Amino acid sequence: MAIIPEPVTKLLDAALVGELTVIDGNGRPVTYPLIPLWDGEKVYLTSSTLFSRKLEHIRGNPKVSLSITDPDAVGGAIDRATIQGDARVIEEDPHGGWERLLPIWEKKEPSIVYFLKARVALPLFFERALIEITPRRTFYWSDGDAAAAPAVTTVGTEAA
Amino acid sequence: MRSTPELDARTGLEKLATYPYQILSWVDDAGYPVSVAVDARVNAGDLSARFAAPAGLTVPTDREVSLTGSHIRPQPGYGYDERRHVTVWGPATVSGGTVAIAGRTAWGWDEAEVPFFEYSERSVGKSRAYFDALSAERGTPVKPKLSFGFLTLRTTRLPFLTATIVPVTLGILIAASHGSFDPIAALLTIIGACFVQLGLNTANDVFDTLSGADDANVTPTQFSGGSRVIQYGLVSLRQMATLSTVFYVLAGLIGLVLLATHGSTALLVIGVVGFIVSLGYTAPPLKFVYRGLGEIAVALGFGPLMLLGAYVVQTGGALAWEPFVASIPVALLVALILYVNEIPDRRGDARAGKRTLPVRFSETTVIAGYNVAVVAAYVILVLGVVLGVLPIPVLLMLLTIPLAFKVSRGLAPNYENPYGLMAIMGINVQLHLRAGLLLLGAYLIVLIVGAVAPSVSLFIG
Repeated sequence: MAIIPEPVTKLLDAALVGELTVIDGNGRPVTYPLIPLWDGEKVYLTSSTLFSRKLEHIRGNPKVSLSITDPDAVGGAIDRATIQGDARVIEEDPHGGWERLLPIWEKKEPSIVYFLKARVALPLFFERALIEITPRRTFYWSDGDAAAAPAVTTVGTEAA
Repeated sequence: MRSTPELDARTGLEKLATYPYQILSWVDDAGYPVSVAVDARVNAGDLSARFAAPAGLTVPTDREVSLTGSHIRPQPGYGYDERRHVTVWGPATVSGGTVAIAGRTAWGWDEAEVPFFEYSERSVGKSRAYFDALSAERGTPVKPKLSFGFLTLRTTRLPFLTATIVPVTLGILIAASHGSFDPIAALLTIIGACFVQLGLNTANDVFDTLSGADDANVTPTQFSGGSRVIQYGLVSLRQMATLSTVFYVLAGLIGLVLLATHGSTALLVIGVVGFIVSLGYTAPPLKFVYRGLGEIAVALGFGPLMLLGAYVVQTGGALAWEPFVASIPVALLVALILYVNEIPDRRGDARAGKRTLPVRFSETTVIAGYNVAVVAAYVILVLGVVLGVLPIPVLLMLLTIPLAFKVSRGLAPNYENPYGLMAIMGINVQLHLRAGLLLLGAYLIVLIVGAVAPSVSLFIG
């Protein structure tokens, strides 16, 4: 099991939105706002097939980062974090495979369940791939200010 | 097709300046992206952004870095809204503890500028490419899915069958009020007419896909822009064409049964004309809707043809003025459903050469056209009563006038906003449905009064 510093897991649990940064074919960072879903071991994000360019980038280069920076998205907390990790795209079943994360998603965005029931209105939005991030390193700014150096933690593992 | 509007670096920087902070990202020497929040001073004039170098981290100067602004507004118990983000890329220089980025390219999305549904529609090609790639990788077709019920609902546009059920039932009730009623023929007429509309709905998708009209439309709504199941990869063009053929064959078979059992010259003429109008709506060579005749074709098909067709099945071919006059308000209101639904489709329709009335005419003329037609529907109804052609209870339809006002008043403020117009389109559909139900109710009253007090006349004069 990955060990992530507790303040970072608190941010992951609270964040309505985080910024996933992937690397495109030209080696440039590309940032996408997405809802981070933390299951206690890995970070998950979901991507509709409508907006699947990020998936192509991850297949080309699995090194990614996820930052949580917006105080409004974490209930006013001012601390910030970035998690570097290795991503894997899970797409065995774009129609329903991602729904296993629905309970975590619903806690952050309760309306998603209502929208899912009405998936006939926007069917492709609910054809989704999962992005699974295995954390490797975290950067944590306790007061959210980049004027101070972040606490950097290499993510360790312990037996599950 | 681009999913988001093209942004140049200047515009990107101008947008970036509106965010309370920016997220600086780069790829570190280990090959991972790093992101850190900074407070940048953006100068769109010289395409630059400057900020204090983040402590403890080295911003590279030999590769492009990015600055991102991202915003949501949390909505407790719901989720969030007001989504927008923008990213500007460029090389960085570091001097005296300050980082300067020269903006070169930008990308972003703001749902206030491009509504989420339009953004999604513009991205449909990306989803298609995704499934194509997945299919190639697995060596077997992988397609998006919907449950059978939802797929049927979406593919056939089943809820719109009220446009058929209302006039056909009205024709049957008027015939019954004239003393002619065969329940089995009535049921067959309703089913057959529904098959005609299902054939029309599905054929419309086939021909609008072939012409490119549905692909060109990036602002479809639940009332307009077709079912989109072909665009979404849920149903193939061939499957849709087959389905349409099956519906028309079933409609034809029922039509033959009715001709054999309740046949008349009038029914034959109405059946043949109805088939031509239905298929010719979008199909070549007639393509009525492409020639600005779609509204007339729909008025004719879902008004006099449906209503009189149902009437003559019951009467064995005898025609009368009453069902014809009763069909006109219904025809006008159903044509107005199409007419209003064509407003958000007009740009895509124009690109595909579909010369509908909203494509041909200005906003002012289109709205005036709506007002004239809807007033005509009520005037003809009242005249029908005054002249003794229609029974007095049909005046119940006047109860729907407030809905007509709502639609009329809602057109101008939402003319350029397809998603704002959705509510108006919904009311317009309700206007036709409720007017139809009130007319049906009126004829039930006529039947009941005829049964319990045959000496009482419900006609003026």
